[in-house]
Amino acid sequence: MPGVIGQPLDRIDGTLKVTGRAVYAYEQQVENAAYGVLVTSTIPKGRITAIDTSAAEKSSGVVMVMTHLNAPKLAGLKEQKPSPVTGRVIQAFQDDLVRYANQPVALVVAETLEQALEGAHLVGVKYAVERHAVDLDGRISQAYEPPKAGGQQEPSASNRGDMKSGLAEADQRMREVYRTPFEFHNPMEQHATIAVWDKPDHLTLYDSTQGVFSDRERVGHVFSMPSESIHVISPFIGGGFGSKGPVWSHVVIAAMAAKQLSRPVRLEVRRPQMFGPVGMRSQTRQELAIGAKTDGSITALSHDTVCQTSSFDEFVETASLSARRLYTAPNNSTSHLLIKSDIGQPSYTRAPGEAPGTYALEAAMDEMAYQLKMDPIEFRLKNYTDSDPNEKKPWSSKSLRECYRQGAERFGWSNRTAEPRSMRKGNVLVGYGMATSIYPTRRSPANASARLNGDGTLSVDAGTQDIGTGTYTVMTQVAADTFGLPMTSVKFRLGDTDLPKTPVSGGSQAAASTGSAVYLATQALREKLIQMAISDAQSPLSGVSAQDVEIQNGRIFARSNPSKGEALGQLLARSGQPFAEGKAEAKPGSEKERYSMYAFGAQFSEVHVDADLGQIRVARHLGCFAAGRILNAKTARSQLLGGMIWGVGMALLEEGVMDRRLGRYVNNNLAEYHVPVNADIGVIDAFWVDEKDEHVNPLGVKGVGEIGITGATAAIVNAIHHATGKRVRDLPVTLDKLLV
Amino acid sequence: MKSFTYIRAATSDQAVQSYAQAPDSRFIGGGTNLLDLMKMGVERPSHLVDVHRLPLTQIEEHEGGVRIGALASNTEAANHRLIRERYPVLSQAILAGATQQLRNKATCGGNLLQRTRCYYFYDPTYAECNKRNPGSGCAAIPGYNRIHAILGTSSSCIATHPSDMAVALMAIGATVQVVGPQGARSVALDEFYRLPGDTPQIDTNLHSGELITAIDLPAIPYGRRSVYLKVRDRNSYAFALVSVAAILDMEGGTIRQSHIALGGVAHKPWRAALAEKHLKGKTLDADTLRAAAEAELKDATGYTDNAFKIELAKRSIVRAMTTAAQMEVA
Ligand SMILES: Cc1cc2nc3c(=O)[nH]c(=O)nc-3n(C[C@H](O)[C@H](O)[C@H](O)COP(=O)(O)OP(=O)(O)OC[C@H]3O[C@@H](n4cnc5c(N)ncnc54)[C@H](O)[C@@H]3O)c2cc1C
Ligand code: SF4
Repeated sequence: MPGVIGQPLDRIDGTLKVTGRAVYAYEQQVENAAYGVLVTSTIPKGRITAIDTSAAEKSSGVVMVMTHLNAPKLAGLKEQKPSPVTGRVIQAFQDDLVRYANQPVALVVAETLEQALEGAHLVGVKYAVERHAVDLDGRISQAYEPPKAGGQQEPSASNRGDMKSGLAEADQRMREVYRTPFEFHNPMEQHATIAVWDKPDHLTLYDSTQGVFSDRERVGHVFSMPSESIHVISPFIGGGFGSKGPVWSHVVIAAMAAKQLSRPVRLEVRRPQMFGPVGMRSQTRQELAIGAKTDGSITALSHDTVCQTSSFDEFVETASLSARRLYTAPNNSTSHLLIKSDIGQPSYTRAPGEAPGTYALEAAMDEMAYQLKMDPIEFRLKNYTDSDPNEKKPWSSKSLRECYRQGAERFGWSNRTAEPRSMRKGNVLVGYGMATSIYPTRRSPANASARLNGDGTLSVDAGTQDIGTGTYTVMTQVAADTFGLPMTSVKFRLGDTDLPKTPVSGGSQAAASTGSAVYLATQALREKLIQMAISDAQSPLSGVSAQDVEIQNGRIFARSNPSKGEALGQLLARSGQPFAEGKAEAKPGSEKERYSMYAFGAQFSEVHVDADLGQIRVARHLGCFAAGRILNAKTARSQLLGGMIWGVGMALLEEGVMDRRLGRYVNNNLAEYHVPVNADIGVIDAFWVDEKDEHVNPLGVKGVGEIGITGATAAIVNAIHHATGKRVRDLPVTLDKLLV
Repeated sequence: MKSFTYIRAATSDQAVQSYAQAPDSRFIGGGTNLLDLMKMGVERPSHLVDVHRLPLTQIEEHEGGVRIGALASNTEAANHRLIRERYPVLSQAILAGATQQLRNKATCGGNLLQRTRCYYFYDPTYAECNKRNPGSGCAAIPGYNRIHAILGTSSSCIATHPSDMAVALMAIGATVQVVGPQGARSVALDEFYRLPGDTPQIDTNLHSGELITAIDLPAIPYGRRSVYLKVRDRNSYAFALVSVAAILDMEGGTIRQSHIALGGVAHKPWRAALAEKHLKGKTLDADTLRAAAEAELKDATGYTDNAFKIELAKRSIVRAMTTAAQMEVA
């Protein structure tokens, strides 16, 4: 069926967004809402010994100051456990302990934002400071091994064969340590919530969240309320990148304040406050060892990661996972260690684990390729696996070989001369680098409904979120194609817990999970209508076999005789119902037991480095991906490019700089925490190879939200080495590291 | 944000008068720096005198040079024919700063007075910062100081002046026109800015309540042979790690004279007088340039995270001067 799925359609909410009419959480019109501003801790560890709120309380417009001294104690915040996927341990004024810098310690609520800001400025907090520990290096002896790691809850360590003998039989060996810094999501839209208690036992939250349902469950648990008593609304989200998956303290604090005041409260986490209380990517120390034969076959590969978690919760940046399965490596071991630290809780950050992990793994692979004097692609092909060596299962599909081939061809990889510094042009050192991308394909149970209305239009609902990725658009495409209607006759709603239940938009699973549900619900509606028609004596299709009935453009007719049929509206009118509805739940089946499911890709980068000044520019960057079926060529490309640009940031710019003496991040704003801008990148492009995967889910999609960042960083850093002959292993590669 | 009163001044005199009437006044130009500082609670004025609409936006010929009205926007100055033709280094410097949107809003007077981007200064919840809170100490010296100064520092403060425009103006040798309660006066830019010494809380030698009305550029007949080189982590929308404004007067292969100013290295835009002196009358070649750069940076001090700036500044001087020398100038 040649339909709209796959086409490069503009996003249907595009005009709303560029004209400022898309209403985000903080902008919702809520009558009589007061403004909250958080006061956050300025020390990383200690106790609050006194809070002077008197000046703030007297300040004009201030209606309330909430601290641990007057905040209600919530049963749901007692004895929180290191969390399941979205319920992080949070602090909401339950005690006097300060566990990290920027922890919320007070909330000032006022009539206007400016008044609340002033009130917050006037709150005086006194602390008994305790010695803090925020470093990673130097504290490795204190690290512990978490039993499980990652969204799939895999064992945190793995072993096959014997590393020692694998290294012994190698002709070439390398062992290096790679470091990545603290990195912050920094979505354009700051975290924001408006809490409205419509009734004493019913709460509405306008929340910028990646998961409306997980949001209401967690908040319900905190307030000891059934989740049905909480209504979460989130029609537009200005980026999340994982940070808006969990419920953080500000959401609960906004609801506490609204309850206390019997008045709606708006609360936005200010940009500098987003460095600590709303998650980040932990810094990592990754040790890679590779042994290989002269012919390039890897005899041993190990990847050991040390990262940090807070003192009160646990999250593992699962950087070592990819090394378990990307290459044959008969002898292989991987591990993760955690160091408890006086920092805000690290959490899911775009391609958690895989982003820093593919950096170190693919940089090490590059080093070994140079050591072997082998082309980096050849080296990877030599160790290509046709099944998952870790799980000993076949891949559901894997087109990585094609990615290497087509990517290399389009990039012009063959123009590379192997020797580092061999492509210099005047003051400019030119370098080529490449790396592999890999990201797991997952899905979770999701529901959707599809209604045919009397006017012939289709209303499709799923509670899911559009975090800027194009969910509105691709779901409309799936429904339109499945039902044989033009896009304009389909209205898709999302971002609301009154709609059918769906999972968090994270882990690149929204399209796979909710897309499958939309597909199945629309199919269910089709089948229902076909049954109605063939069993309706008044229908021209009465008695026709269901296999022979088709629905297209609002008409239901017999395939064998298309003139035999009627408008769907007529069929519906006769039924006496205002609408007909199909519902479905799409659940993961046994595919996970049978297959190992991953998206793959190959990335290529050309960098230009100023030979004297060390300034680096990504002149060209290209990614070729294999990610199953692509639902919308335009939004998918944008997502892939967005991921790749994150890779540029990770390679060259991003670093949450901790003043270790004070335990605080000093560059807590977008002027000093650098993310890439247009001028940093010349030509960037992404494309994909055709891939049909019949196992992953009914739609055959693998998700494109995160694969783009994996491997991007390594491709750039490898290109920098090729350009300069220098291996900088500690990210980001800033110019000072090239001057020496 | 603290409540404040606000007046939009119609004339410079009215602005100066209104400023003097409140204990804690600030002029506001484009507001691109002042409002940020107010939101952060670093600046807490009780009275704002909006000078944005004052008719001081002309850019015109003046005594053989050019006068830039203090309220001309950064964009207007950068794109003005007189500036582009006679002082390309200034045009380049302005365009290397901030973003188009910010430059549209920012004024030339405000640009001169923008405050340091030192992290510890910008956030009043840091207890130590002598510039913000005299006597409290300097958090940057024992802290993170990658963006800080290497020249003219003191044990009280190692902050840099962040402006790009001012670096070019320093090379040009501009003069600042001001009017205040005591009347009008002019101050050479080199005298306008200060080193931190033990009073880092005072950025400039402006007197309280003085309004900048214009910036005067002297005639520089050889001004077209000029280059602004900005070295930074991100290729746009980032402050300089090191920048160089260079103007070169050549006679054949010989340097008749040069103007060199450095940004990102000191509490003020740094006129590289030692390097200029070293180069005067010499044949321009790589070794001479390097020796001049060495002379200028001889007394530079590196701190924990910014020592790389010393070598970077030297290489940047060499690069900027080499580029200027190679320019085709009509
Ligand atoms: C994110 C960001 C990035 C930036 N990047 C750069 C960069 O790369 N390079 C760069 O050079 N700059 C950069 N800037 C700074 C920008 O150039 C300045 O903010 C701007 O030039 C200030 O001008 P303004 O008119 O807005 O000043 P305002 O904010 O209005 O005022 C600044 C100060 O000057 C005083 N003032 C204003 N006008 C007068 C006057 N006529 N007389 C006396 N006092 C006056 C005010 O009282 C205040 O103290 C950046 C700014 C931002 C926000
Ligand atoms: S360098 Fe200057 S501005 Fe920065 S903390 Fe020290 S005293 Fe304050």
